[in-house]
Amino acid sequence: MTDKIQITFRDPAGQENTVSVEPRGTVMEAAVMNNVGGIIAECGGGCSCATCHVYVDPEWFAALPEPDPTESELVEFLEDARPCSRLSCQIQLVPELDGLTVQTPDQQN
Amino acid sequence: MSAERRHVIVVGAGHGGTAVTALLRQHGYAGRITLLSAESDQPYHRPPLSKPSTVATAATPELLREAEFYEIQNIDLRLGTTVQGFDAKTSSVTLDSGDVLAYDALVLATGARAITLPLPGADSAQVRTLRNLGDARWLNSRLCPGAHLVIVGAGYIGLEVAALARSRGAEVTIVEGSSRALGRSAGSDMAQWLTEYHRSRGTTIILDAVVEGFVEGQNGELAAVRINGEELACDLAVIGVGARARTELAVEAGLLCEGGVVVDDHGRTSARSVYAIGDMTMRPLAPFSGLFRLESIPSATEQARQVVADFLNLPAPAPEIPWFWSDQFDLKLQIAGLPALGQKAVVRGDLGAARFAVYHLDDADHVVAVEAMNSPGDFIAGKRFIADATVVHPDLLGDALIPLKTLMNRAIA
Ligand SMILES: Cc1cc2nc3c(=O)[nH]c(=O)nc-3n(C[C@H](O)[C@H](O)[C@H](O)COP(=O)(O)OP(=O)(O)OC[C@H]3O[C@@H](n4cnc5c(N)ncnc54)[C@H](O)[C@@H]3O)c2cc1C
Ligand code: FES
Repeated sequence: MTDKIQITFRDPAGQENTVSVEPRGTVMEAAVMNNVGGIIAECGGGCSCATCHVYVDPEWFAALPEPDPTESELVEFLEDARPCSRLSCQIQLVPELDGLTVQTPDQQN
Repeated sequence: MSAERRHVIVVGAGHGGTAVTALLRQHGYAGRITLLSAESDQPYHRPPLSKPSTVATAATPELLREAEFYEIQNIDLRLGTTVQGFDAKTSSVTLDSGDVLAYDALVLATGARAITLPLPGADSAQVRTLRNLGDARWLNSRLCPGAHLVIVGAGYIGLEVAALARSRGAEVTIVEGSSRALGRSAGSDMAQWLTEYHRSRGTTIILDAVVEGFVEGQNGELAAVRINGEELACDLAVIGVGARARTELAVEAGLLCEGGVVVDDHGRTSARSVYAIGDMTMRPLAPFSGLFRLESIPSATEQARQVVADFLNLPAPAPEIPWFWSDQFDLKLQIAGLPALGQKAVVRGDLGAARFAVYHLDDADHVVAVEAMNSPGDFIAGKRFIADATVVHPDLLGDALIPLKTLMNRAIA
């Protein structure tokens, strides 16, 4: 068994919810499995819906692999996109992301 | 009665029903939750049943939640349990075991049933619809080079199954009764483009076809399908001609049904404390007038949010733009709004490069729908145009040299 890592989800009001998960799957899956609010993920990780949008804390943002073009394009046109926006279904969990903190937007779309 | 003593019963553990149970807990509801599923498999994602991504993992479904989720969240998930009926007067549900459960709120989420064809030979074991994991397992184990699959119906499921089958080396023929593909759901430009694309990938598409029946071989196996008086040899057939709302429980209980259980924008049916969501409902769809029967995950989960907000007295969620997606071969199609409401269509982008969007505008040039082919930016931008009832001049919209961002800013200004 691999060591678990901690991912923190912060809601728009600043309330934090930290979950412990195996370092596999995606940030979106960690949220869904732990029933974290604010991430809807209608397309189940298919990079089609953009309802798994999160703001990655700046110190973590640079540590993530680049988004693929589909993700970039979806994010670019979101109304509430910020420079640190990502789709959480496209962020793979690896041991190095222990401590990752993301914030959910006011609304998904 | 204190909130903690209440009992919510959800019938059907598909996308809608499962979402209701998760959202109740997310919002702090601490009462009892019972989730009843006629299926014996752990609740799973339905779209992958017909998507290319299933090729590698046909036997193992993509679960909606991991199995432990229900236990951790204190959701009493009962698989293989069919609800026989309910009584809105006594607020009780009868299970196939004969057990009777009392509820404070009942959520019907029984989905839809694939339509079958009352044709000779259609009861053959090699003729099937695609709705459940069992159907997908059956199909997946039979798709191989040399197999000839006939698909009746050129809707989304038909086209997706065709793409899946071609990628597995099977011969594919689609037979469609009307004069075009996607008659119920897409604009004619997109339907035409997709038809050509599938043909270029080796699928035969026969339009205006009258399917007369299925012909058995000497050993009782499927041998052919009879179309327009001729026999076309095949060894598998998938019927993809749509689905009907599963309203039988609601009809029997006396709820108002019109081709689906009629609900309001809180998911409330005509019976007190009985909600309905998802494919089984006829629902309002602001800002459009009338009732709609949508078959999509975004619609089912939006209604799940409406129901949970209503039940827990939370502010009603903002109305959402209906949308849908479909993956076929390397194509990613995203559709927002209702193309059928458009009066004119504007193509933006490069049809030849399979990267474009068809925007649908009403008389006054408001964007009412967008169909985005491998063009996620157009999908998100289109969704915003629809939500804001943006007026865009068709000539500007159709000029791909003008960036979308410019159009968005101009429209706002
Ligand atoms: C092959 C396929 C591909 C699809 N692809 C897409 C897609 O790409 N994008 C998209 O948005 N949508 C897609 N859809 C549509 C989407 O799956 C449905 O809109 C969605 O599943 C509807 O959710 P629901 O909760 O209303 O019903 P369902 O998910 O159908 O769940 C209903 C459940 O209720 C159970 N049930 C019925 N009656 C009873 C009873 N009496 N007692 C107990 N349980 C009962 C059923 O067995 C079923 O498990 C697809 C559908 C199919 C079949
Ligand atoms: S879950 Fe749909 S884009 Fe991430």
